Amino acid sequence: MDASAALQRLRDISSQVRAAVVFERDGKVLGSTLEDGDRAEQVAREAGELLADAERKRPDGDAKTPDFAQLEVALRSGSVFVVRHGDRLVAATTAPEPTVGLVFYDLKSCLRELETKPKPTPKKRAPAKRKTTTRAKKTDEKP
Amino acid sequence: MRSRNVLTGMLLGAGSVAGTLLFRRRLARRSERVDVYFGDGSMVSVTRPDQAEPFLRRARRILELAG
Repeated sequence: MDASAALQRLRDISSQVRAAVVFERDGKVLGSTLEDGDRAEQVAREAGELLADAERKRPDGDAKTPDFAQLEVALRSGSVFVVRHGDRLVAATTAPEPTVGLVFYDLKSCLRELETKPKPTPKKRAPAKRKTTTRAKKTDEKP
Repeated sequence: MRSRNVLTGMLLGAGSVAGTLLFRRRLARRSERVDVYFGDGSMVSVTRPDQAEPFLRRARRILELAG
């Protein structure tokens, strides 16, 4: 599934997500619900910085601790979520006090759907050729 | 006697104002938070204002950009 289809599905299933941007670790935007491409890139950049800050918060700076998985920054005006799955990330905004677990689940599902291969569209069958059979005249028929 | 009543009333008033302010400040602090989850399910809640501030600033910017 491509990013725009996955984001469309995210919007269909989650009423809490206001805006979302799917991007790669290097900042390349794969898809966004924002119409302005520049804004989407800026959101991806800021979310990437959030990720970098979060990775520095590993308990006791332990390098063995597993990588960052997800984060929520709750503000009075709304919440910001960043979820990672492999090299892909999604940053999303919601209204204040969202159902945190549900939003994380929906965002994770969105990223997983990006990995699923699109179903092959069945090939259109060529219209069957009409057999033109000519009926042989019976010559031995009685008039 | 009357001055004592006035003083008690003033003390009660000042106490309730201070309590309300403390309660509101605590409530506001609780409504802004940063929770970071790691791959093994562990979670770090960034509560110290000096540590949380960079996260909050970036998040505010994201909310602003996303409209």
